[in-house]
Amino acid sequence: MNFAVLVFPGSNCDIDCYKAVEQTVGQPVDYVWHTATDLSKYDCILIPGGFSYGDYLRSGAIARFAPVMAEVAKAAAAGKYVMGICNGFQVLTEAGLLPGALRRNMSLKFRCHSTILRVENNKTAFTNQYEVGEMIDIPIAHGEGNYYCDEATLEQLKKNDQIIFRYSDNPNGSMEDIAGICNEQGNVLGLMPHPERAVNQLLGSEDGKKMFTSILNAWREQHDAASIG
Amino acid sequence: MTQQVSAKEPTAQQIADQQIYKQFGVSESEYALICGFLGRQPNYTEIGVFSVMWSEHCAYKNSKPLLRRFPVTGERVLMGPGEGAGIVDIGDNQAVVFKIESHNHPSAVEPYQGAATGVGGIIRDIFSMGARPVALLNSLRFGKLESERAKYLFEHVVSGIAGYGNCIGIPTVAGEVMFDESYEGNPLVNAMCVGLIDHDKIQRGVAKGIGNPVFYVGPPTGRDGIHGATFASEELTAETEAKRSAVQVGDPFMEKLVMESTLELINAGIVVGIQDMGAAGLTCSSAEMASKAGNGLELYLDEVPQREPNMTAYEMMLSESQERMLFVVEPKDEAQAMEIFERWGVICAKVGKVTDDGRLRLIHNGEVVGDMPVQALVDECPVYNKPSAVPAYYTANESIDTTRYEEVTDLNRALEQVLASPTVASKEWVYNQYDHMVRTSTAVRPGSDAAVVLVDGTRKGLAMTTDCNGRYVYLDPEVGGRIAVSEAARNIVCSGAEPLAITDNLNFGSPEKPDIFWQMERSVDGMAEACRELNTPVIGGNVSLYNENKNGAIYPTPVVGMVGLVHDTDHITTQAFKNEGDVIFLLGDTQAELGGSEFQYVVHGVTEGRPPQLNLATERTLLHTVLGAIQQGLVASAHDLSEGGLAAAVTESCISGNIGASVNFATELRPDFALFSESQSRILLTASASHAEALATYVREQGVPVQQIGTVQGSDLTITVNGKPAIAGPVSQFAKVWKDAIPCLMK
Repeated sequence: MNFAVLVFPGSNCDIDCYKAVEQTVGQPVDYVWHTATDLSKYDCILIPGGFSYGDYLRSGAIARFAPVMAEVAKAAAAGKYVMGICNGFQVLTEAGLLPGALRRNMSLKFRCHSTILRVENNKTAFTNQYEVGEMIDIPIAHGEGNYYCDEATLEQLKKNDQIIFRYSDNPNGSMEDIAGICNEQGNVLGLMPHPERAVNQLLGSEDGKKMFTSILNAWREQHDAASIG
Repeated sequence: MTQQVSAKEPTAQQIADQQIYKQFGVSESEYALICGFLGRQPNYTEIGVFSVMWSEHCAYKNSKPLLRRFPVTGERVLMGPGEGAGIVDIGDNQAVVFKIESHNHPSAVEPYQGAATGVGGIIRDIFSMGARPVALLNSLRFGKLESERAKYLFEHVVSGIAGYGNCIGIPTVAGEVMFDESYEGNPLVNAMCVGLIDHDKIQRGVAKGIGNPVFYVGPPTGRDGIHGATFASEELTAETEAKRSAVQVGDPFMEKLVMESTLELINAGIVVGIQDMGAAGLTCSSAEMASKAGNGLELYLDEVPQREPNMTAYEMMLSESQERMLFVVEPKDEAQAMEIFERWGVICAKVGKVTDDGRLRLIHNGEVVGDMPVQALVDECPVYNKPSAVPAYYTANESIDTTRYEEVTDLNRALEQVLASPTVASKEWVYNQYDHMVRTSTAVRPGSDAAVVLVDGTRKGLAMTTDCNGRYVYLDPEVGGRIAVSEAARNIVCSGAEPLAITDNLNFGSPEKPDIFWQMERSVDGMAEACRELNTPVIGGNVSLYNENKNGAIYPTPVVGMVGLVHDTDHITTQAFKNEGDVIFLLGDTQAELGGSEFQYVVHGVTEGRPPQLNLATERTLLHTVLGAIQQGLVASAHDLSEGGLAAAVTESCISGNIGASVNFATELRPDFALFSESQSRILLTASASHAEALATYVREQGVPVQQIGTVQGSDLTITVNGKPAIAGPVSQFAKVWKDAIPCLMK
């Protein structure tokens, strides 16, 4: 299985995502530059955290126009796995690949600390190794993580089971304690907490490991199913 | 030659006649020297260039004789003071690069940008050496957190540090914040950066190779920060507000691009010399690079990228626009260098060439607008040995007996007062605004004695801390200087690391005042002695003088930034109490030493007497013993006793571990002295019941005083002194006081 870690000018969790893939699933992984125009060789695309284009204008608002984003949209439509973490989540909402928006934290301050998340749905490519209701320790580090969407969208998210993670102690004012959501098809995930920072007990938590192993597991199931079929 | 470029600028004759040079902080005798070096009168651009090169900030003209007293070499030191940052070997062809620098004056005027650009500047110092920055620290001082101004400065300085560090993606992992009236209106903002480098990648700021092209990298030069270095070398006054334009504006996104592209350039192996443009911008970087190579440099100012039209040579040379670098490559590598910056979307322009005549020559609009000997600029600034005198306060303090204070009997209340003091209180409000986990290497996060950052691909780690108690230094600069270094070393050892070296940031008042110069001398002596004794040489640093407000000088605050090596990640230790039943030991002797203590400040409302004493041989034995015990696997937690003494240390270990403790302290001292004295060379250790005896035996064998004082247990903290109840309450209650203090004040 091939992983891509996108690199925009100003991405700064790209190295961390790359290391996490190596450490958790040991699959081939490449850094892919924002100008790339072909992602066809990749099965999973990770959009890392950071401050793409300095977060000037609005977080993720400029990155969505990078050439590689058209390819991300194609990959998402083709059913490949796309995971946007922190700034990556903001990019995905700006690009319209996920509904809603991330507003400034209610405290109006950047916040970085551990948070406990509740796994709300384990029937996705990103969570199949977790139990529903499992409480996992994953750190946050953001100034704009306050998830918002309109009522109708929220109803849709709930109805389709698209709310994947909720905070147990809401750090930013997110609607319904939302920490992560996926698209209707379930192959595009966006979350503010950083699973790549929680893959080593020495750094405080390894509860994020299963997010990466879930992806490999889903790919293998799909791959085996395809080859058997 | 050297005609006027702009009609608005005074002529060389006018500068002489009207003594305009004095506005730039150049004295009459210095002006005469400059005329001598040039063989004529300097024009406006030249006097500007000389004035920044000869400012305290760049030339250390008042502090150089003192800096020579520091030990700067050691078996592990690969590079000492003089380059962008010092370098220390950590084995396996790797080395650690670090430096601290102040941005006090800019932060006093424009706290967000002042602090942000302080961070940006120190990061450039690190990556210009070829190192990958891996961690940031900061040491901050503000007035009492009651005045609106102090709160404003605190809020925006923290925000500025966060804004820059978070965006560029370097974790801010440690630091310290203290509050005292002494810093009212003149906050201290010292930023430190730590990087990692392979030995063969180490760069130098040298303009070598006659005829080699000189390149400018980074955003265009604007009119911001002109005369920042001079501004930093004078006292803050009511007119300072008008100097806002001397404060630069930071762009961390641009710095991220400049950093990545510069590191790529260095990794390509084609750089001859490289230096960042920090204080005094283009002037300082070009003159120093030429000086270090013994060469000259010609700058074509028309080629310098400019943000605004009609910039003069003076403005370009003096601008401190941020995120800029200067480098030299061989002509054959020009295209490769340009290609790297183009890929990153960073401006790169050829602005000069290396010459063999030892002159810094500036060419603008086809004319030579400045022509100065490099050596005069860099090495010939006069050095002053200022008069020094023992201050009256120091003599008066000798007769103050702090043991005569009326006994404080409500010790629970006293503990809460100390815990609620912003200097001791939890700094979560601060460090939760900093991304301290990016780069996924932070093994010990902010809030313990020292942070630990892992060295990828090895089992090693780097421990790092900043320390200085300005009250101690004020009360006795020599002892205070010794304590600053020793406390840093204690913090490093408590995290399981061997102290390697220090970088120092000497923050003082005006050196023109004999009693301030005395503080500088004495504290440097104390630090130097401690550095020798603890084998932690000074590998670089920064001097910030003229830190004064309307009430006089700030407390002398020579901040120590120390880095240590964790030899194996198994040794990483934190201050948090770990398990029910762990045995608590106090190492070191406790005396009735209240001078300069937090207890004296918050409970008795004064800072007076003599500070705690410190014997360096005792300190060295203690450090050696504790590190040995940790490396043998005998220690569950370790915490240095500092502000707030034993009571605060035990409470902090309980809160961090979210567990209680039962402590009885046997002592001849009065309970309030016993619990809040800040006697030095003391460390709190815990060990599991099965290791307790081995630990106690080992410590005694080393000749370190040790007392078993209690057990980790339950959810309450109880402390008795000689069996008599002193402090009792749920840990959660003390935790609330400690954690809520700063957020409540900042609401």
